[in-house]
Amino acid sequence: MPSRTLFDKIWDAHLVRPETEEAPAILYVDLHLVHEVTSPQAFTVLRERGLRVRRPDRTVATMDHSTPTLPRVNGRFPFAHGDAEAQVDTLARNCGDYGIELHALGSEKQGIVHVIGPELGLTKAGMTVVCGDSHTSTHGAFGALAFGIGTSEVAHVLATQCLLQRKPKAMLISIDGALPAGVSAKDVILAVIARLGVGGGAGHVIEYAGSTVRGMSIEERMTVCNMSIEAGARAGMIGSAEWGTDPGARFDKEAALDVSRLAPMITWGTDPGTAIPVDARVPDDAPEKPLQYMGVKRGAPLLGTKIDVVFVGSCTNGRLSDLRAAASVLRGRRIAEGVRTLIVPGSQQVKHAAEQEGLDRVFREAGAEWREPGCSMCIAMNGDSLTPGQAAVSTSNRNFEGRQGRGGRTFLASPLTAAAAALKGAIADPREVLR
Amino acid sequence: MKRIVGKAVVVPRPNIDTDQIIPARFLRTTVRKGLGAALFADRPELLQGQAGTILVAGENFGCGSSREHAPWALLDAGFRAVISPSIADIFRSNAVKNGLVPVQIAATFAPGTEIAIDLESCTVECEGRSYAFTLDPFARHCLIHEIDELGYLLAAEEEIAAFEAKR
Repeated sequence: MPSRTLFDKIWDAHLVRPETEEAPAILYVDLHLVHEVTSPQAFTVLRERGLRVRRPDRTVATMDHSTPTLPRVNGRFPFAHGDAEAQVDTLARNCGDYGIELHALGSEKQGIVHVIGPELGLTKAGMTVVCGDSHTSTHGAFGALAFGIGTSEVAHVLATQCLLQRKPKAMLISIDGALPAGVSAKDVILAVIARLGVGGGAGHVIEYAGSTVRGMSIEERMTVCNMSIEAGARAGMIGSAEWGTDPGARFDKEAALDVSRLAPMITWGTDPGTAIPVDARVPDDAPEKPLQYMGVKRGAPLLGTKIDVVFVGSCTNGRLSDLRAAASVLRGRRIAEGVRTLIVPGSQQVKHAAEQEGLDRVFREAGAEWREPGCSMCIAMNGDSLTPGQAAVSTSNRNFEGRQGRGGRTFLASPLTAAAAALKGAIADPREVLR
Repeated sequence: MKRIVGKAVVVPRPNIDTDQIIPARFLRTTVRKGLGAALFADRPELLQGQAGTILVAGENFGCGSSREHAPWALLDAGFRAVISPSIADIFRSNAVKNGLVPVQIAATFAPGTEIAIDLESCTVECEGRSYAFTLDPFARHCLIHEIDELGYLLAAEEEIAAFEAKR
C-alpha cells in the first residue's frame, strides 16, 4: 500500500461506500455529539418520517450553548431567556424519547460538548467524530477525524450513522521551535490563521506536525485543532503513535512555521485572521471597516487600548490548563477598577478540578466572577454578553462583529494575555506581568 | 428546479460569516421556520434596502459557525441562490440540502440586475453575458430533481449494516 496520511487512513477505514464522480462517499461516523441548539430540527425530521436513532450507543448529548452560567436560584436554573429553557427541555425530551445518553444541565458531567467528549474518554484516535458545531475539529487533537456538520446532517447521522462526503484535500502545517515564555498554543494557532487567512484552509483537512506540536500537551493540541475552522479548514488533526501519517505521504498543500520567536498574539480586526504580536502596531494596510468597528487606528499600537470585559473560557481555552494559566497571572493581584472578568470553566469536571486546586479563590480574590460551565460569552446566547461599544479581550475563537453581543468588540488572545489585560484594564503584554 | 431567475442583491464585502447572516440570539429556536426576519438583523446596512432573490457576495461567504439557520434565514427571506467567488464548506453543504443554490464565480453584478442561473448547463446569464460555474454533480442532481439526501442514505441501510458487521 502506498504511503498514506493520517487523514487518508481514517477516511479509508470509515468508507461504507467509496465516492465516484457521480456521488460522494458514504462515511461511517463513530461518535456523534449532540447539543441543544443544532439538534431540535433534526429530531423533528426523525419524527416526521417515523425514523429511529440508528445507534444511540454512538450518540452522546449535553447542554452548553444557551445554558445559564449562574448557579441555581431556589433550585431553578436562572435562564435569561424562556426560549433557551424551552430548547434545553426539548433536548431532554428528545434524548429520553430516543434513548440517548444526556449530560444535562445540573449533572456532574455537563459541559461544553468539545470539553466533555475527551473528558469522558469518548474521543479516541482513529475515530470519525461529528457534531452540529464547527469547533468539532477540537477532537482532532487525539488523532481523530472530527468535523462540524449542519442540522440536516445531524438528522442524517441520527438516522443512518453515516454522512455523504466528498473527500477534502490534505494540508500539512509543520510547526517547529521551542515556544518562548508567555507564548502558548493559542498564540500558535492565531499565528497559523494569520498566515493562512480565514479562507486559506477551505476544502482541506489540516494535519499539524513538527517538534512544537509533538511537545504539546493534549489540552494544548485541542486548542490548536479547535480553531482550524477559523482558517476555513474542514478539520484539524494531530497524529499519535498509534495513528499517524506514513513517511513520504503526500499532502496537497504544505506550510511551515517557526515559533521560536513568536510573541503573544492578539487580533485587531473582525475576523480571526487578523492576529498580530501583542506589542506590534495595527497594519498600515488594514481595511477601513474593521478599523472603524474595533475603534483602532492604522499604525497605532494595541498595547494600552482600554477594555471593559475579559472572558476566559470556551471550547478553545476553557480547560484546566487554561484556567491555571490565567490564575498564574492573577494570583495575588487585583483586576483593574471597572473591568468585568468572567472565568467560565469548560465543564463541571474542569470546575471541580479547578476548585480542588483553589483556582476559584485566586479568581475571586482578584475580583473576577467564577461561573458555571457553558459556552457563555463566546457565543453570547445565554445572557452573558457584551453591551454595544464594550471591548473585550477574550480567549474564545471568534471576533466577528457582534459575536459576543450586539455592538461588542472582541480582541482574541490567550488566557495569559487575557488575564494581563484584566489587571491593566487595557491590552497588555503578559510577558511584562510574568517577568 | 432547473433554472432560477431573479434580481441581484449585492453585498460586496468578503468574509460575511454566519454570525452576520443570523446572529446567535436567533438560534434559541426549535423550528426552522420564520427566520427570514432575523436575516442580517444586526447588519441592515449590508442590504441597503435592496430587494431580490439572488445574493451576490464577496469571497469566503458563509464562513464561521456551522449553523444551518443561515441558509434557512436566507430562504425564508426569499433568496434562492448565493453567488460568491468562494463559499465556505459547511455553508455550501447546508445550502444544497435546503435547495439554496451555491454558485462560485468571480464576477461583479450591479444591484437589481436580472440574473438567470441554469443548473443543467451550469451557467449564469446576465445582460447578454454568460459565466460557467462548477457544481458537484451529486449536488446538482439533488438540486434539479429535489432529491433528499436522507432518503439516499436510508436506501444504503444494507451496506451500512454490512460495514458494521465486518468491523
